[in-house]
Amino acid sequence: MTALLEVEDLKVAYGKIEAVKGISFSVEEGQVVTLIGTNGAGKTTTLRTLSGLLKPLSGKIMFNGQPLNGVPAHKIVAMGLAHSPEGRRIFPRLSIAENLQLGAFLRKDSAGIEKDMQRAYDLFPILGERRKQAAGTLSGGEQQMLAMGRALMSQPKLLMLDEPSMGLSPIMMQKIMATIAELKAQGTTILLVEQNAQAALSLADQGHVMEVGSIVLSGTGQDLLHDESVRKAYLGED
Amino acid sequence: MHTLPQQLANGLILGSMYGLIAIGYTMVYGIVQLINFAHGEIFMTGGFGALTTYLILPDGISMWIALPLMLIGGGLVAVLIAVGAERFAYRPLRGAPRLAPLITAIGLSLALQQAVFNWYPDAENPRVFPTLPGGAFDITDNLKIQSGELFVLIAAPVCMASLAFFVRTSRTGRAMQATAQDPDTAQLMGIDTNRIIVIAFAIGGFFAAVAGVAYGFRVGSVTYDMGFVAGLKAFTAAVLGGIGNIYGAMLGGLVLGLAEGLATAYIADIPGMDQFGGQGWASVWAFILLILVLLFRPQGLLGERVADRA
Ligand SMILES: Nc1ncnc2c1ncn2[C@@H]1O[C@H](COP(=O)(O)OP(=O)(O)OP(=O)(O)O)[C@@H](O)[C@H]1O
Ligand SMILES: [Mg+2]
Repeated sequence: MTALLEVEDLKVAYGKIEAVKGISFSVEEGQVVTLIGTNGAGKTTTLRTLSGLLKPLSGKIMFNGQPLNGVPAHKIVAMGLAHSPEGRRIFPRLSIAENLQLGAFLRKDSAGIEKDMQRAYDLFPILGERRKQAAGTLSGGEQQMLAMGRALMSQPKLLMLDEPSMGLSPIMMQKIMATIAELKAQGTTILLVEQNAQAALSLADQGHVMEVGSIVLSGTGQDLLHDESVRKAYLGED
Repeated sequence: MHTLPQQLANGLILGSMYGLIAIGYTMVYGIVQLINFAHGEIFMTGGFGALTTYLILPDGISMWIALPLMLIGGGLVAVLIAVGAERFAYRPLRGAPRLAPLITAIGLSLALQQAVFNWYPDAENPRVFPTLPGGAFDITDNLKIQSGELFVLIAAPVCMASLAFFVRTSRTGRAMQATAQDPDTAQLMGIDTNRIIVIAFAIGGFFAAVAGVAYGFRVGSVTYDMGFVAGLKAFTAAVLGGIGNIYGAMLGGLVLGLAEGLATAYIADIPGMDQFGGQGWASVWAFILLILVLLFRPQGLLGERVADRA
């Protein structure tokens, strides 16, 4: 069986600076795959390239059997790849409901959209309570919920989450991670970028460790969780 | 002799025209953070496009038939030029340092003026514009409105209300709001932001053409350089209202128009200020108002602070 997402020798540069230096990995349907790594390793750059916001220097990206190279960002969503970006990036002056509706921008089935809105409100009740409120007035954690809910509204085949736990209180972080676990249990395929390596690896089927633009270590979540070098570098042990 | 109701009416007429042009500045800025300094010339070409349409029509045609056709003709010219400028001048420069599109805009503005001056027949002189039938309406003893001025008093609110309705209720309008707030993330929603940018230029171009027709009716002629001062005033109106905000553009236009009208009429009555009244000083008061707003409310009357836009 071929993987849902297949990345082969991907290189991405900002001007002359190569931020991603030839990485390869894949995501199978139903899996949670995580990219972990220190600041500036190239994780966000990788996700932004997959969703079409950045053009790769070289390399091949296959998604659901089709090449993504050269496809503009707004068409990639239609193919089933959703991206909840770093820093949440909700639309602050639109309401929560409007943000969610934008997640379903390309869908035409209004009944289905309504149902998925309800599903988002069930997943995150606070969003339902405040649906008419401007999204910019939400707390950081609530904005993260909205960003995830919005990404789910496109009914993605693959959900990419860029540091969903960034800047959140420990309790909020736990909540978000529990939601990701719930999505996984429902069969959602997820590519998760995290700095919180412990939480991410515990959830993940596969993990890849990135350092300055390259994948330096790969394995199952459990393998990496118990790997000595990972424990030292990312789990704060010595 | 001037009177308060008449001065207020004059201010509203002028302000409605500024507001219509200002929408184009503000929509484009709101979405691509570009000050399209050629927008004044798009207003001018809209006026010439409408005049040309009128001249093509058979003599003695009813203005009720001619007016809509003039709006379509002028609108078509202005929209084509605005969209063409976006496609061939500004889009290739997206991502370039801010100065590059700004200089391009100024160059385009000069090029359009010169093109009309050189190639439009008799454009060295003001070209006489048709008049609307009806002459002047005496609303009260001291308030008189010309039929040509009535046009903008009806057209501006209609345009504004349609735009507000479109932005608030349509799918494309929602996509425009999203693109203005965060273009990258808008793409992640599946929004073709290039298409949204083209639509913003097109709407701005059409509204500028409506203003160009209003100018023709009010002044009685159109000139190749009419876009310069009008464009500067409309830009002022957009900044005054809070650039990026469409309601701000209309409000800024009205405030500017009223301030000009009232200052022209009443400044001279203030003891010691008698030499500062009159039409010649109108623009000075307009720009002093701009400076005051920028000093005390830099985001403009209805603008959000920059931090909210991130
Ligand atoms: N817009 C940009 N222009 C130039 N360089 C950039 C840009 N964005 C990122 N970089 C550089 O590319 C490299 C990778 O950055 P990236 O944001 O992908 O890292 P990251 O792994 O997501 O880090 P973090 O964990 O801090 O989010 C860094 O060296 C960064 O400075
Ligand atoms: Mg990052």
